[in-house]
Amino acid sequence: MELLHNHNHATSDDNFQQVDEHLRGSDGHFGSEGEVVLEVRDVEKVYQISDDVEVHALRGVSLQIRRGEMMAIIGQSGSGKSTLMHTIGLLDNPTSGEVFVGDVDVTDMTQNELARIRNKEIGFVFQSFNLLARTTALDNVALPLVYAGVGAGERAERSQIALERVGLGERLDHAPNQLSGGQQQRVAIARALVTEPAIVLGDEPTGNLDKRSGYEIMTFFQELNEQGITVVLVTHDLRVAQHAQRIVEISDGLIVDDRYVPEDERIDAHAELDAYLESIGELPDHDDYEEEAQA
Amino acid sequence: MNFAESFRIALKALSANRARALLTMLGVIIGVMSVILLVSIGTGVSDDITGQLEGLGTNVIYVMPMSEDDLGMGMMMPSRQFTIDDVNAVETRLGGIATVTPMVETMTRFSVGNNEMMGGVTGMSAAAIDVFDVSLDRGRMYSSSEVLSGARVAIIGAEVDRLMFANHDSIGQEIVVDDQRFTVIGVTELQGGGAITGGGLDNAVMMPFTSAQRVTGSQDVNMIAVKTYDVEDMDHAQSLIRQALLPRMGTDFSSMTQDEVTDMMGAMVAVLTFMLGGIASISLLVGGIGIMNIMLVSVSERTREIGIRKAIGAKTYDIMSQFVIESVLLSVLGGLIGIALGALGSWGIAASGALPSVVSIWSVALAFFFSISVGVFFGVYPAWRASKLDPIDALRFE
Repeated sequence: MELLHNHNHATSDDNFQQVDEHLRGSDGHFGSEGEVVLEVRDVEKVYQISDDVEVHALRGVSLQIRRGEMMAIIGQSGSGKSTLMHTIGLLDNPTSGEVFVGDVDVTDMTQNELARIRNKEIGFVFQSFNLLARTTALDNVALPLVYAGVGAGERAERSQIALERVGLGERLDHAPNQLSGGQQQRVAIARALVTEPAIVLGDEPTGNLDKRSGYEIMTFFQELNEQGITVVLVTHDLRVAQHAQRIVEISDGLIVDDRYVPEDERIDAHAELDAYLESIGELPDHDDYEEEAQA
Repeated sequence: MNFAESFRIALKALSANRARALLTMLGVIIGVMSVILLVSIGTGVSDDITGQLEGLGTNVIYVMPMSEDDLGMGMMMPSRQFTIDDVNAVETRLGGIATVTPMVETMTRFSVGNNEMMGGVTGMSAAAIDVFDVSLDRGRMYSSSEVLSGARVAIIGAEVDRLMFANHDSIGQEIVVDDQRFTVIGVTELQGGGAITGGGLDNAVMMPFTSAQRVTGSQDVNMIAVKTYDVEDMDHAQSLIRQALLPRMGTDFSSMTQDEVTDMMGAMVAVLTFMLGGIASISLLVGGIGIMNIMLVSVSERTREIGIRKAIGAKTYDIMSQFVIESVLLSVLGGLIGIALGALGSWGIAASGALPSVVSIWSVALAFFFSISVGVFFGVYPAWRASKLDPIDALRFE
């Protein structure tokens, strides 16, 4: 790893190529099961609020995210979990420490180089959906492909497949304001998936949703994970975190707990949704979603 | 991301806010329209003057009772006018190489019955018909004896004929020039041309200079026109004129050839056109500031959108080009509409006969180039601000 690290400061193209090749391997899939896809080493982040006020958001955090795992980062407001998410999402450079995507050190990359890696390797799902207004579901999903330089024909095709995967194949031409919150979040998931990223990063993805939509969204995350996609959820809600296999707890800028959830404690989102639907007197219909997801 | 994509995104952003886009463009539209319109009028007037002057013949020399310095400074009021003695001195000195006419000019009122109009009176000798190649539509030129006696005879321009006599035969009829009665003995051929130069003789009355002096009430001669028989003699004639006038006038006179007069008028109109164009460009500048203002508003309104785009992979260049293209699109669309309106207005003015107006290709090219530059210049700063936004801050923006 150190060897690779030492000669990866060539052009941004070389950097990107290395990152992408490592993550995908020659067959186009992300490395092998269990391999580290993203790692932060002893990361500190200090915000200079004024001349003599500093906020230490992260105080030396080390974390490895392995391919195929579903991880939840949990912490209270002000714990540093958002800063950690921004670091993992390559939206921000740490004050000190190192960030690796695969074997490649991305700590000192420029904003443009990071933008390119984010575009290809990280899918974001935000609490407030963050879709472009007055833009169809199809065009919203296609947006990362626009910046990846994919041609219009292929963009439409891949975006449609991604939307069908989240059960919105019938709503390609709907603008965000014509969709429910749950549907908007599914568009956001399709957008996160369309570039086939190494990691899908969810920032409080159910925070703005009603119960039912929240449960539905969690079924999607679990299904995606079952299909081999690495999922990292950032949340303050332990119940959301318990859908993951692994929970990393952060407090005061430090990781205070990192544990695997025993299978019997892990929440199965499908069962949870069924139970909820039953409790409100509606028949479980998750099979429909599964069918749509398979299509 | 390629140019076509940026273009598509920019077009979509503008069409989402049509009223705002149109109002923003209005500044550029008005600016470009004014530039096109004013430069067209300038060009039209310049062409008109040049055409008129060239129509008068090439080997004509004008002698004016002003020093070259005064003339250069645009002084139009000489300290002393010529007298008929000065004209005779010039004619004698030139001997047989040229023909000479004094010119007595004034603006006054013409009337026939209830019809009235303002026009120029040009008094000249009988030689005028040779000096200026005057051609008559009908009637006759006045004779040397009529010049000597100061006869009340007049040759009227085609336009005067039309307006005063309404196409009835005017020969032999009376026309009142500044309260004095004159008999019409001839009508000049229609020269055509715009309103500024009044088609030369079309709106004027030509008469013996002695008769014109009755109208002005003075013995002054305002100008001397000399036409050499041979173009080769122009320089020689000018030096002879100097020799004749130096002892009489000192340096308070100057002579100019037809070409020099054309050049001077051309230069004056060019300066005027440039000034008008310059004033109009200020409104283009104001339009540009309007674009910058609205682009800054647009950037701050779309902060969150910029954050989303950056988070999912837009590079600095992508955001920058998106906003620059948007502002260039605004200014170019405004420029095109302005050019169309300016050309239409110019055509309307020319068609109405109020002023001559010619849309020149260079003014269109210049206006178009300026509107693109305005878009780029005033779009770069807002676009740069957009591209420098931190994605995290931008995503937090409410």
